[in-house]
Amino acid sequence: MINNNELKLAKDIQHVSQELLKSPFYPRQVVMNTAQAWSNWNGYASANYFKDAYLEYFLTRNTCGVYDVTAMCKYRFKGKDAEAMLNRMVTRDVTKHGINKVAYNVWCTDKGRIVDDGTIFRFAADDFRIYCAEPNLDWFMMAAEGFDDLTIVEESCQIAGLALQGPTSCALLRAIGLGAVETLKPMEIGHYPFPTIKPAGEIMISRTGFTGDLGYELWIENDLALMLWDKLFEKSHLYGLRPFGEESLNMARIEAGFILPEVDFHGALHTVLHRHDHSPYEMGLDWMVNLKKSHFSGKAALLKEQKNGPSCRLLKLDIEGEKPADNAILYSDDKGKHPIGYVTSALNSPATKANIGYGLVENKYLDGPIYAEIYYQKDLRWYQKFRLCHIKTKPFWAPERAKLTPPGDH
Amino acid sequence: MPDSNITKQYDVIVVGGGHNGLICAHQLALKGKKVIVLEAEESVGGFAKAYEFSPGFSTSAVHTLPQLSKKLISDLQLDKYGFSSQQPIVSTLALDPCGEHITISADSLTGVGSKDQQAYKEFRELLNQFSKAIRPTWGKKPPRIEDRDLSDVMTFAQFGLNIRLLGKEKMAEFTRVLALPTQDLMDEFFENPLLKAALSWDFLVGNKLAPRSPNNAVLNQLLRNSGDLAGKNTYNTGAMPVAKVGLFINALVKSCQAQGVTISCNSRVDSILVAEQKDQGNPCVNGVRLNDGQKIHAPTVISNLDAKTSFKKLLGLKHLDIQFSHRINRIRDKSFVATINLALRSAPNFTGVLDPKSRLLIAPSMSCMESAFDYAKYGELPNNPIMEVMIPSLHDNTISPPGHHVLSAQVMYVPYELKRNWDQAKPTLLESILATLETYAPGIRSQIIASELLTPKDLESRFNVSGGHWHHGEFCIDQWWVNRPTYGTNRYSTPMQGFYLCGAGAHPGGGIMGAAGQNAAKEVLKHDQ
Repeated sequence: MINNNELKLAKDIQHVSQELLKSPFYPRQVVMNTAQAWSNWNGYASANYFKDAYLEYFLTRNTCGVYDVTAMCKYRFKGKDAEAMLNRMVTRDVTKHGINKVAYNVWCTDKGRIVDDGTIFRFAADDFRIYCAEPNLDWFMMAAEGFDDLTIVEESCQIAGLALQGPTSCALLRAIGLGAVETLKPMEIGHYPFPTIKPAGEIMISRTGFTGDLGYELWIENDLALMLWDKLFEKSHLYGLRPFGEESLNMARIEAGFILPEVDFHGALHTVLHRHDHSPYEMGLDWMVNLKKSHFSGKAALLKEQKNGPSCRLLKLDIEGEKPADNAILYSDDKGKHPIGYVTSALNSPATKANIGYGLVENKYLDGPIYAEIYYQKDLRWYQKFRLCHIKTKPFWAPERAKLTPPGDH
Repeated sequence: MPDSNITKQYDVIVVGGGHNGLICAHQLALKGKKVIVLEAEESVGGFAKAYEFSPGFSTSAVHTLPQLSKKLISDLQLDKYGFSSQQPIVSTLALDPCGEHITISADSLTGVGSKDQQAYKEFRELLNQFSKAIRPTWGKKPPRIEDRDLSDVMTFAQFGLNIRLLGKEKMAEFTRVLALPTQDLMDEFFENPLLKAALSWDFLVGNKLAPRSPNNAVLNQLLRNSGDLAGKNTYNTGAMPVAKVGLFINALVKSCQAQGVTISCNSRVDSILVAEQKDQGNPCVNGVRLNDGQKIHAPTVISNLDAKTSFKKLLGLKHLDIQFSHRINRIRDKSFVATINLALRSAPNFTGVLDPKSRLLIAPSMSCMESAFDYAKYGELPNNPIMEVMIPSLHDNTISPPGHHVLSAQVMYVPYELKRNWDQAKPTLLESILATLETYAPGIRSQIIASELLTPKDLESRFNVSGGHWHHGEFCIDQWWVNRPTYGTNRYSTPMQGFYLCGAGAHPGGGIMGAAGQNAAKEVLKHDQ
């Protein structure tokens, strides 16, 4: 008999880690992090901010910054059936996904509710990698049942990742000998020798990011990670390079129109109550649901939803006033009588000089008016205001420079 | 080579010529459908077909028909083709190594004390009442829990009402007994260990269930009470209809042919063909491909095979949703029953058995059964095999040469997944079965001309059933009624338009019953309207 009365100490449980995992970039980050504010992302120490979230946000808009994305989950799919398996799992058409291209995707339950989102990288006809913010191996294994010529390998700990984001990012890469990236179009992948002198290694660069501005994600084997960091920071004074943390990334991604799992939507496998999960249509991801392709999980349910309309929609809102609408309840009137939804993300946006946010609103109130009930503090007292919200259809921030190839020399 | 003559256009393709497939085909042809049945083997009938296992000696995997109904026989006009509802009804003998056997008949016991005799009456009465209450569910498609309509609500209500009509006390007893392990139920009623073991048999056989397993064994017994050849709503352990099962299949084939059903043997289906709808519609089936590459087209394909084989192997999970596929993949279908057939040069002589036409059970006690199961569940051979023995040649003298006999036994618990290699383990298992038989029928070894031992693996490949499972998947509460084979395809239709199930894996389940085939045909016709 096992005596369960005494709780074991963490140190006596093999699978419980004694401290946060440290990414290969950690030794450099820890000495630059004056705030020492770390959070736990998939077990890794991830900086909330290094000094000041606002200053770091401006890196991604004015110069460039690096954000450690090593904690992203990475899964490799190889084999003749990899394409068919992924195509049956996600809502977009993987058969049309070009080699050395990246595509944002969601995968759904049988009922067409989002399990999670992530990006698929295609390296060859039979070779893919999925990057996602949370572990998904169990779902992938389940989705692989019935596809024989396929191996799925978790590579999360084998690859270090650095998001280099901001208008001077291309110029910086050029300056350290990776000028070939300038031919990469958005959502393209390139493989380059690194370090440029011997011993020869390789760096994979994708023109992707979560800030909505010009930017790249650099993927490299763990051993070369610090060399990459140091190489970038040799020229940091010329290109305004500093590291940034999760808080500033969150500001940038709201402006850019990107949604975040467990913030703007909840994965269907994590919700308990009926319809507290979401469909791609509810999240405004209609463009990602390809009902013309062959069967995929949730297709029948999504066909039905497309016909009948989703029950709610995540809207981009431009909110009057300047107080951010975090966690605000949304109403169809300015007295707070008829609640119609709530705000999932909010920001007083520095780049657009607007008070913005995402609101999940019941379908029949989409034509407005929509009022946000905003609580704010002034002189240590709390106040309440109802503010009219205007619906936006485009991302709040989408500068031309983000899409130019080759990018401008900033 | 597949039979020629299958180039015509068909309305319906039935994959698999087991009795449910044939019955389904018949019922559809009756309503004017052009139906073809594709059977992989050289003859139809599945578990029920008669086959020669040694020159001059034939048998079938099934010998008793507790679940067959007179209505089915008349619906299919089987009496016209040589199979009537008048079949011999036999008692069950619980064999004692010293010859002190217990005879279990329809309404009495001999060889036990008066207390057990009285208890038997109460036990039978209780099971008869439960059988009656649950009876209406067998012949009807199960209701849906999600997206239900009025008919689903009515089906639930009807079920609830039947249970309620048992009376308050019996209703409470039903809900209690439903979940009870067999051992507890037997201990409540009876004293004699041999009797308890014998009465347990029908609660457990075919499933991964032993006397102490807490998974609704009573359901299995109620399913076995669903037939009426020995009388309506009868607890039939003591009144088992024994038939020439081969004649049943022959009659079924003739009846199908009379309705214009094409039956093509040696036609192994390799895959189900799917037509993708490019105009934003859901895909649908449009035929099958045989393993010689030949394609046969039809808008409706009905699979008589188990759900796992139907969806995984034939249709392909890529055409289905992920969670649904996972549920199919998780269906529990590993058999624990082996079959042995012996060709004997003379009639076996079971000590003290006056009526060898009976069903003979070798299971000394429930502990002994549990112990056999313990070995099997860890992938080992049972220490003491327990078995149900029939001598079918006493009922049908055409299956063996004059003066010779056939003995067939169902042996538990023999695992599908054995730790050892089956090639090495088979002689050991055969030896232990013969040693057990020898105890009850001394000298039987010397009478043996030939033997055939079919392990669950053999049953799987011989009868094309995943796991070699009698019922195409465990018959337990988690795989019963609204969950048979799993929700999402519990009403014969499947997520794939035009693709249906009609086998034992679908509601109501296994055994020679035909309800799955009949219910499926009704559902296909309904979708047609």
